[in-house]
Amino acid sequence: MPDTPIDRLARATPSSLARRARGLSDRAIAWVFVTPTILLLLAINIFPLIWTVRLSFTNFAANKPNAEVKWVGLRNYQRILTDPDIWQTMQATAHFLFWTLLLQVVLGFALAWLINRKFRGNDLMTTLIVIPMMLSPAVVGNFWTFLYEPQIGLFNYAVEFFAGIPASSFSMLGSVALAPWAIVIVDTWMWTPFVMLICLAGLRSIPDYIYEAAEVDRASKWRQFWTMTVPMVLPFLMLAVLFRGIENFKMFDLVVQLTGGGPGSTTLLTSIELKREAFEKWRTGYSSAYAIILFVTVFGLASIYVKALNKVKER
Amino acid sequence: MKGFLSGLLRLRRGPWELLASGLIGLGVFMLMQPFVLWAFTWSFLVTLTGTVMFIITSHFPE
Repeated sequence: MPDTPIDRLARATPSSLARRARGLSDRAIAWVFVTPTILLLLAINIFPLIWTVRLSFTNFAANKPNAEVKWVGLRNYQRILTDPDIWQTMQATAHFLFWTLLLQVVLGFALAWLINRKFRGNDLMTTLIVIPMMLSPAVVGNFWTFLYEPQIGLFNYAVEFFAGIPASSFSMLGSVALAPWAIVIVDTWMWTPFVMLICLAGLRSIPDYIYEAAEVDRASKWRQFWTMTVPMVLPFLMLAVLFRGIENFKMFDLVVQLTGGGPGSTTLLTSIELKREAFEKWRTGYSSAYAIILFVTVFGLASIYVKALNKVKER
Repeated sequence: MKGFLSGLLRLRRGPWELLASGLIGLGVFMLMQPFVLWAFTWSFLVTLTGTVMFIITSHFPE
């Protein structure tokens, strides 16, 4: 018999401990396995959350650890929720969220629909389409900054070629009107393949015999699409929207790299503003209250969304 | 409507969850709308009420 590492470990276990382990019930063994995970979750998720809630009622500043911490009650929440600048960041986030989700769902589904057809080079096309989501957001932000350059950027030249607008007459990242759309375009370019992959999984899970039966019943392609394809892909699509919605609500890296929140505060998303309050202005109590507001919003939305998703799956 | 109201009175999960979801949706809309500041001010309270209500009512009987 070969001497495996498990055998060596078993031999090295003290006999008293081995006897105790042999006497454990199934339930106790399950607890032994689950406890480290629960402890880890408590330490890195639940405890910081509770601590943040506590800090949100104080004037604590992390860069002044020895300063007296005063209990300020709901003042941080009151200041955030009456601040027109924060209201503005919420609107910028809403614009970003709405358009990225809409474009990614429409384009992702359309791409999945096309890729699902059998044609030569299908696998190569899928790999090429998926490349953007494999890149680091910092890299994507950097090279799109070059693409958006009014003088040398390829994007501006493409717009000139197709729309006839002179390339050097507009700056995607420097214009108040265009910058919010610039970040939407980059995020859509980067994450549409993710939605496409999820939709593709949904499309491939639909058995062929359903379409064959519809053909026998002389259902038109249009009817097949709306009464069979869409309802069967819907749970997958909703899952993609949930993932992208949560991710985009806390979008930070890509936008910081592209615009840094500017020009002015037109692309200042909530996560960027939160980071500035917490780690540039060092208003830890205030930023904790801000984080709690965002957390409750995302948590509430995710709760009803998961409920809706389960209902769609039950149908 | 009558079924909805009787569900609320009998503490049934469906109508209460619907009410909580409506509150969350309203709160998020109030938070992100560009029209009036007072709606932004009260948005967190509405979302929080809806979220807490949702957590509690999802334990109600069907």
